[in-house]
Amino acid sequence: MSAAPAYNEDKGGSAGPGEPEYGHDPASGGIFSSDYKRHDDLKAMLDTNKDSLKLEAMKRIVAMIARGKNASDLFPAVVKNVACKNIEVKKLVYVYLVRYAEEQQDLALLSISTFQRGLKDPNQLIRASALRVLSSIRVPIIVPIMMLAIKEAASDMSPYVRKTAAHAIPKLYSLDSDQKDQLIEVIEKLLADKTTLVAGSVVMAFEEVCPERIDLIHKNYRKLCNLLIDVEEWGQVVIISMLTRYARTQFLSPTQNESLLEENSEKAFYGSEEDEAKGPGSEEAASTALPARKPYVMDPDHRLLLRNTKPLLQSRSAAVVMAVAQLYFHLAPKAEVGVIAKALVRLLRSHSEVQYVVLQNVATMSIKRRGMFEPYLKSFYIRSTDPTQIKILKLEVLTNLANETNIPTVLREFQTYIRSMDKDFVAATIQAIGRCATNIGRVRDTCLNGLVQLLSNRDELVVAESVVVIKKLLQMQPAQHGEIIKHLAKLTDNIQVPMARASILWLIGEYCEHVPRIAPDVLRKMAKSFTAEEDIVKLQVINLAAKLYLTNSKQTKLLTQYVLSLAKYDQNYDIRDRARFTRQLIVPSEQGGALSRHAKKLFLAPKPAPVLESSFKDRDHFQLGSLSHLLNAKATGYQELPDWPEEAPDPSVRNVEVPEWTKCSNREKRKEKEKPFYSDSEGESGPTESADSDPESESESESKSSSESGSGESSSESDNEDQEEDEEKGRTSESEQSEEEGKKKKMKKRKKVPEGQEGGLSSDEGSDSSSSSSESEMTSETEEEQVEPASWRKKTPPSSKSAPAAKEVSLLDLEDFTPASVQPVSPPTVVSTSLAADLEGLTLTDSPLVPSLLSPVSGAGRQELLHRVAGEGLAVDYTFSRQPFSGDPHMVSVHIHFSNSSDTPIKALHLGTPKLPPGISIQEFPEIESLAPGESATVVMGINFCDSTQAANFQLCTQTRQFYVSIQPPVGELMAPVFLSENEFKKEQGLQGGR
Amino acid sequence: MFLGLSICRGFQTEKDSLRSLTVSTMIHSLFLINSSGDIFLEKHWKSVVSRSVCDYFFEAQERATEAENVPPVIPTPHHYLLSVYRHKIFFVAVIQTEVPPLFVIEFLHRVVDTFQDYFGVCSEPVIKDNVVVVYEVLEEMLDNGFPLATESNILKELIKPPTILRTVVNTITGSTNVGDQLPTGQLSVVPWRRTGVKYTNNEAYFDVIEEIDAIIDKSGSTITAEIQGVIDACVKLTGMPDLTLSFMNPRLLDDVSFHPCVRFKRWESERILSFIPPDGNFRLLSYHVSAQNLVAIPVYVKHNISFRDSSSLGRFEITVGPKQTMGKTIEGVTVTSQMPRGVLNMSLTPSQGTHTFDPVTKMLSWDVGKINPQKLPSLKGTMSLQAGASKPDENPTINLQFKIQQLAISGLKVNRLDMYGEKYKPFKGIKYMTKAGKFQVRT
Repeated sequence: MSAAPAYNEDKGGSAGPGEPEYGHDPASGGIFSSDYKRHDDLKAMLDTNKDSLKLEAMKRIVAMIARGKNASDLFPAVVKNVACKNIEVKKLVYVYLVRYAEEQQDLALLSISTFQRGLKDPNQLIRASALRVLSSIRVPIIVPIMMLAIKEAASDMSPYVRKTAAHAIPKLYSLDSDQKDQLIEVIEKLLADKTTLVAGSVVMAFEEVCPERIDLIHKNYRKLCNLLIDVEEWGQVVIISMLTRYARTQFLSPTQNESLLEENSEKAFYGSEEDEAKGPGSEEAASTALPARKPYVMDPDHRLLLRNTKPLLQSRSAAVVMAVAQLYFHLAPKAEVGVIAKALVRLLRSHSEVQYVVLQNVATMSIKRRGMFEPYLKSFYIRSTDPTQIKILKLEVLTNLANETNIPTVLREFQTYIRSMDKDFVAATIQAIGRCATNIGRVRDTCLNGLVQLLSNRDELVVAESVVVIKKLLQMQPAQHGEIIKHLAKLTDNIQVPMARASILWLIGEYCEHVPRIAPDVLRKMAKSFTAEEDIVKLQVINLAAKLYLTNSKQTKLLTQYVLSLAKYDQNYDIRDRARFTRQLIVPSEQGGALSRHAKKLFLAPKPAPVLESSFKDRDHFQLGSLSHLLNAKATGYQELPDWPEEAPDPSVRNVEVPEWTKCSNREKRKEKEKPFYSDSEGESGPTESADSDPESESESESKSSSESGSGESSSESDNEDQEEDEEKGRTSESEQSEEEGKKKKMKKRKKVPEGQEGGLSSDEGSDSSSSSSESEMTSETEEEQVEPASWRKKTPPSSKSAPAAKEVSLLDLEDFTPASVQPVSPPTVVSTSLAADLEGLTLTDSPLVPSLLSPVSGAGRQELLHRVAGEGLAVDYTFSRQPFSGDPHMVSVHIHFSNSSDTPIKALHLGTPKLPPGISIQEFPEIESLAPGESATVVMGINFCDSTQAANFQLCTQTRQFYVSIQPPVGELMAPVFLSENEFKKEQGLQGGR
Repeated sequence: MFLGLSICRGFQTEKDSLRSLTVSTMIHSLFLINSSGDIFLEKHWKSVVSRSVCDYFFEAQERATEAENVPPVIPTPHHYLLSVYRHKIFFVAVIQTEVPPLFVIEFLHRVVDTFQDYFGVCSEPVIKDNVVVVYEVLEEMLDNGFPLATESNILKELIKPPTILRTVVNTITGSTNVGDQLPTGQLSVVPWRRTGVKYTNNEAYFDVIEEIDAIIDKSGSTITAEIQGVIDACVKLTGMPDLTLSFMNPRLLDDVSFHPCVRFKRWESERILSFIPPDGNFRLLSYHVSAQNLVAIPVYVKHNISFRDSSSLGRFEITVGPKQTMGKTIEGVTVTSQMPRGVLNMSLTPSQGTHTFDPVTKMLSWDVGKINPQKLPSLKGTMSLQAGASKPDENPTINLQFKIQQLAISGLKVNRLDMYGEKYKPFKGIKYMTKAGKFQVRT
């Protein structure tokens, strides 16, 4: 080594960096010559003071590592440069160190102090990178140092360093699993972290170190749900899959309830063949076992998870979409699972590897939930350019989706596929046709005819596959198909594929009584060619001979004996065995009479037809989207998806802090706790969004989280095409729906209080009510509608008494009534704020209200109509004033608040020509001539929403600009209060039925 | 019996200890394999996995005959190999424990996209030439097998992509590709955008590109047709601009997926795309136009392909013509078709463009160019078939490629693009284009 500097100076002096000797193309292989001194030049370069030489050397070394060449003997020379000032040299040294430290543990220790120094650096990025490399050096002796570093980093100021700490945890754990307890402490601490940066990484660490410690999640559950949308994609996948498991242990199955419901109502209406086909066994069993159980209430936290993951179906990452899809499949009520279909179908546009994985999962899902993918049938049509493995998976899905109604189209598709050049695919198609024929009785004959036509196909593989499938189909109803069997018998002359020959022989033997003339002749031919046949064919020849001997011994006795003699001397011992066995059975001998007397029963016993079913059946016991599911075998480290618990574990464990609200029930407290998270996450998602959530009433978020807990609430949500369309139109997003839902329940809560609300008409619940209990409501409503269409409605919702206990919980929700709309009151406690305001509003409605236009309306309940940024300085909010509109009793009065935050006056504010859906009309407000900067103004306009929650779209025009805005009323705002005595109320209630 | 049991137990404990030693990491190693089966790059994020594990992959590759038929997931006794095939390179990830397969596949595709972003193309020679940058990038993308920095904006801050200019400068000055200031992007609230972006010309371009996927049957009627679209953006704006993009007819969009920068709530409530863009090129939105809308099919193909039983000659004739083009010209038309195995050669004359037929792969391709509605392009001639062989019972499908500039076939229109948060006036541009996606005509 001492000579090295001199050597190097020589070189450096003569030619400088980049001269030929150093300038090899790293990939050219010149430096990999087997010379044992091969690395001397590199060592020399590393020992110089010139960064450029060092860099060149490191680049070459890294290139060697990349090619999988051994560069370990350079370790001492490289490790010296760990403290090099040049960042790129340093980085490459790190790369080298991480790769070889394990092999050169002692030398690796030399570098540790550099990293320890780095851990104390004021720059967070240097701290993070030091921790990252330190924890990547797999040298057991530094475990204590790593532990210390991780602990320190976990309480670092910088979230980035904390993230790195989370990453380091599994590294240390894999190095020394004895550190588990200490590491769990760190994980617990990091799980409490509120930044999105850390969340994904720490959950990953949790999954690797202590997935069984589900208790650590409780306190962080809601936070994780709420942060989810802002976490980076990879973290989202990990968190979602962890939460899926968590939910399975903590919540009750949403389907147990469905099975109950189904028994009560749905079965009667829709219990046609389709429902039954879906999965009759399991559900019926469940429903018979369950009726004694109390009705199911979805835990609000369960709902929270479902709601917060749904937007992620729109992610660009296929992994995230799949993660959400599996979460919905495993956790959502059956009616809601449908939403994932569209997103999954979208993924089919992606790379073929993604398609492959997605199709596997779709295949499994389509067996359980066929209806979900039926609308997308055409998306699974096969193109000739698809790779074979994709084609076969698509075929699988198409077969699963085929039913009575779409089978003609599916079969027409299959017909095209049969003419494909890809023979593996053709064979799979024939099998698929066979499956369709068994599943759908109506087309069995058509399929069979089609398959018989294929028998004259020129391709032998096609013919063979058809024979095999025909054999299976014939087994179902052999009597009618003597002709086909005859046709098949003729084919024995031509078909060479052993499996097909064997199938034909088996068929003839099995149904020899349908073809009594042909069967012996076939045996004769086969006996002739016996020695040349394949083994499986030989076995079937013996079989055929035995069966014919038993039924028609006169004609075939000699032939049988001939075949058996040939078989006796066959090379294959299976065949010899079979021959000996058969002979003993069918030929009566002196001693062995007992069995041979029953030979006919043995050979010609009726055999059950084979069931052609999908290979994806029952794969869903593996968590979808997992590697194990894909392989249909348990992969190392696979965590079983736990079964739903019988009894829900205590939900209060997820409460984060002790609430002040002592009057309320435990559950309500929990809901209240969620609020801060909501506003958090909303605030984070974008600066412009804060405005629409802030002024919402106090309990808004609370109701959001819990309102959907109603039992079968969404039984129609996703199945229903129309509704999906609605969503497209932006009419009913899920949260809105849930709000409405909540409102209804809330109204039910105030059962003894005269019930109602000012402002308009009750909405047509038929379109958006999805709660099963409101079905009855709906019918009674429509009756009413006929009586007095479009008038203020008298409406008595079913009381909570008759509603299932399911409702009880949600009844406590204080929904959008909370904003003190009439007058701002400031009562002592929060509860009474809302209640008092509520009651006040109600009592007021007894006497006709004096329309006090432009009365001061509290800020609460304001919704944003136009953001000031979008409006170029003009901000517009609106509130529902909950007072009758003076002009027209059918109209809802809406207060519009304009404020000018620009620095020029806004002139001529008026309403542009509205484009309204039929039925909706608007009473314009008087034009505002000018709005000075900083000033604000309030006007009242009336909108007749025509009892629907359709949005009223209109233009706000200024002198210079036009803004398109829309107001969509929540249901509650469309209702008018009515007074009812208790008796009347009870009567109405009786009418509603409520189930 | 006893012996058997104890062996069993011994095996069990060994396996257990193995398990505890190699506690899962998501992606253990990555191998890059070219089409001739050479491993030309390997990277390990944990202990080294011997490259002999790839033998299982080669086996599967052999069985699959075609590259695209290699199963993306291959189980081996101790590992699982997950691979993607792009640009004639297999990217094979080695994993040891349960992990969602799409997670790995998505990551591998992201790696390829990143390489493409860095080097313009992602090919074996390019990767070999830039092996150090590739290695540095891979090092940053995964930490202990778990994705760390996958946003190209952040990666480019950490490791500068090579440009010709920089390569020249580097050789002269001896400076490096590694960014000299430390990256800040990961720390910002907008993790996809780097801070301190500066441009003299501020511009934002959006390309609305729609692809028609269709299957047309023999008689010319549409079996299935759908429109998939994307909006690709190239945004070069100074500072932290906040953009909103609104459509004239957002209802058209049936299913959408967003770049993470798009504010989902804004879309849900107002059907407006509101976002702080990443710097440079990115895909803002992919969408699907609802199936209820009838899809306009801009071209038709008339075909007459016939084989006769006894003759060794077949007739071949196709004509391409415009159908519903909204008055635009159809350009860049190419027709490809996989002919049946029995076809030995074809002698064809095109009325325009050039055609080739590969007698080995039996692939016919015809580069048509523009379609002139007055004089429809056609390709006519004969096919010579294997003598004596019976006529092929399958007819070839015809795959079509074409482009229509200045048209979004669904009718989607961008209404306006506004910028907030910065003072300057950016230059804005929107371009529309319609292309054929997977457009097949069955014959």
